[in-house]
Amino acid sequence: MTATMVAPTLQTRNQAAAPAKIAIRNLDFFYGDNRALKAIDLDFADRQVTGLIGPSGCGKSTLLRCLNRMYDLYPGQRATGEAMMDGQNILAPDIDLNDLRSRIGMVFQKPTPFPMSIRDNITFGVKLHERLSKAAMDERVEWSLGRAALWDEVKDRLDAPAGGLSGGQQQRLCIARSIAVRPDVILFDEPTSALDPISTLKVEELIDELKGDFTIAIITHNMQQAARCADRVAFFYLGEMVEVGTAAQMFTAPRQQRTQEYITGRFS
Amino acid sequence: MGTTTLSPARNATVAAALGRRRKRIDRLTRILCIAATVIGLAMLASILATLLMRGLGGLSLDVFTRITLPPGSSGGLLNAIVGSLIQTAIGTAIGTPVGLLVGTYLSEYARGSQLGTAVRFVSDVLLSAPSILIGLFVYTVLVDPFGGFSGIAGGVALAVIVIPIVVRTTEDMLQLIPVALREAAVALGAPKWRSIVFVCYPAAREGIVTGMLLAVARIAGETAPLLFTSLGNLNWSLSLTQPMASLPVTIYQYAGSAFDDWVALAWVGALLITFGVLAVNILARLVLRRRG
Repeated sequence: MTATMVAPTLQTRNQAAAPAKIAIRNLDFFYGDNRALKAIDLDFADRQVTGLIGPSGCGKSTLLRCLNRMYDLYPGQRATGEAMMDGQNILAPDIDLNDLRSRIGMVFQKPTPFPMSIRDNITFGVKLHERLSKAAMDERVEWSLGRAALWDEVKDRLDAPAGGLSGGQQQRLCIARSIAVRPDVILFDEPTSALDPISTLKVEELIDELKGDFTIAIITHNMQQAARCADRVAFFYLGEMVEVGTAAQMFTAPRQQRTQEYITGRFS
Repeated sequence: MGTTTLSPARNATVAAALGRRRKRIDRLTRILCIAATVIGLAMLASILATLLMRGLGGLSLDVFTRITLPPGSSGGLLNAIVGSLIQTAIGTAIGTPVGLLVGTYLSEYARGSQLGTAVRFVSDVLLSAPSILIGLFVYTVLVDPFGGFSGIAGGVALAVIVIPIVVRTTEDMLQLIPVALREAAVALGAPKWRSIVFVCYPAAREGIVTGMLLAVARIAGETAPLLFTSLGNLNWSLSLTQPMASLPVTIYQYAGSAFDDWVALAWVGALLITFGVLAVNILARLVLRRRG
């Protein structure tokens, strides 16, 4: 646990102590005419884990889907405001989406292995952005599966269909697949909600292990998970960001009544 | 709680009565299902049995080595078999890519668009259009203007039948793929076409191929669209610009004739088509299973 922010009141409310990898300012999101996110200000600290919590429909997933511009797939969805990463506004209309998505990976709620071999699942993303020799590609496959704590389990059956893995292994394969592209940021959208407790534990350990190298955002409905994994936690409610702070502060001394009620379960 | 609870005795009687009723309905439903299955299978078995009984007797090497000849001169079906293979191949070669692309367009690019709705409607109308009309249509665009019946016109007429079948199955199968799978591909930075070709097609492969096989099976036995297009040819001809023989048209001509040897050959032809289609289906299933 990080205990660097003992006096959160001295910090500007929504800003992190570590430098921000992504800085969101005044972000609004619309599904057609429905304003789903309202004037969000939030920093994702570089190589730290930011947890997003809040009841279903509060806009957490919507916010993650802004960061890799997933909403561009669907007509009628749009975002306004700013999300700055490395001096570039992610929300700018002229940004190269495929390049952006190579820098910001995403892991979904349910495991989404592609209908191909374990190896091809890894190389699919890599081949989109890099030309590698066979040896370099093999190295990348081993490296990414190793970082996702899956190498030992699959090294003898890399050419077997990915669909044959267990749910927990499939999710770690999806994490490996994201890592293989070597992004700066990985977005986790409830990555363990479809997994059993042991697989959940593995994924949590993995997230902890990965944060030294990647900036991580994770949505979770599990308060313990947020407390265990996240350095900073942001609470969302009805499309607004109510409060953000260190995990320790959020779970012991939240500033807002609504945060208090939500994390203690007195809130639906 | 408490006062409204039924006495244990009464409760047991009601439960037993309900249980009996459920069992009766269960038995009735099961009998109806089995009866329907038996009727369906019996018809199929009867068709296959009749085909085998009438067709096997006429099956000989001559059927595959000799062309159709006048009655009494022990002809075969070689030109009809080859003609059917050629026209079915043309119909499949033109129809499946077009159908695949249109189905992909409808599923991946035209969700909720007016053009998509119109294309889907036209395709569905085409799916249920009488095949003789399709023959007449191709007659007016490929036979009449070019001065004669031809094998290519027959193939094109068959392609027109293939397209809506493949469109429908392709669209349906692609729609079954979870949105998350497409998003996962896009989230890695894949352009849309790559996610369709390398993720969606493999995920829907079995269904799409089954749709194509259904289409091949359907056109292999089509007669009506060929009557106005390739016409049929009693002589040996591989020319695509000349009238071309085919099994269904030969069966149609032979089965209605007054000559016993022609009628026997018609049965053999019917047997060949049926088991040819069956073989293609089984083969494709085996291949798909091994690769999946």
